[in-house]
Amino acid sequence: MLATAIGFAFFCVGAALVISAWRVFAGPDLPDRVLALDTLYVSALAALVVLGIAWNTPLYFEAALLIALLGFVSTAALARYLARGQVIE
Amino acid sequence: MSAALIEAVVSFFLVLGGLFVLLGAVGLARLPDFFMRLHAPTKAATLGVGGMLIAAMVDAAALGNPGARELLIALFIFVAAPVSAQLLAKAALHLRVKSRAPLPEAPDRDA
Repeated sequence: MLATAIGFAFFCVGAALVISAWRVFAGPDLPDRVLALDTLYVSALAALVVLGIAWNTPLYFEAALLIALLGFVSTAALARYLARGQVIE
Repeated sequence: MSAALIEAVVSFFLVLGGLFVLLGAVGLARLPDFFMRLHAPTKAATLGVGGMLIAAMVDAAALGNPGARELLIALFIFVAAPVSAQLLAKAALHLRVKSRAPLPEAPDRDA
């Protein structure tokens, strides 16, 4: 049962990655692309968590924590750049 | 708790999380304007990752190595998602992204 659930979760996360990657290219506006990148990092985080459960190793959760931190910082920096024209004033 | 029950709980939260992550991405693809698209991933994807992290926590605790890492990721995601959504909404308002709702009136300077 767990193997089926892991397979299903992988399918869902993979479909989410493909859809948000499409939105990165499709736009149509710059905030749309940044939002799609934000969704992309959250989906990658979910994929790492599922991998951590599937292979039963705590290593992937460290990687997921790093992706969470860096993804938030990059989204905040990009949104700030769009709103202000520069990241650090 | 028996092993089968733990497996059932982990599977349930994995499926729930996967469905919510997919739902967030579908909302991102299908909703008609940016401010509607903003709400789908930030709520649904966060809830999805939350479900998966609950599954991971139950799994790790059942296998005898409970850690604070999953809780840390969940807490950080729950704090970070609304903040980044608000920053993106501010950027979109600044760039005058097309919206279905009318923009708010400018305040009356003479009054």
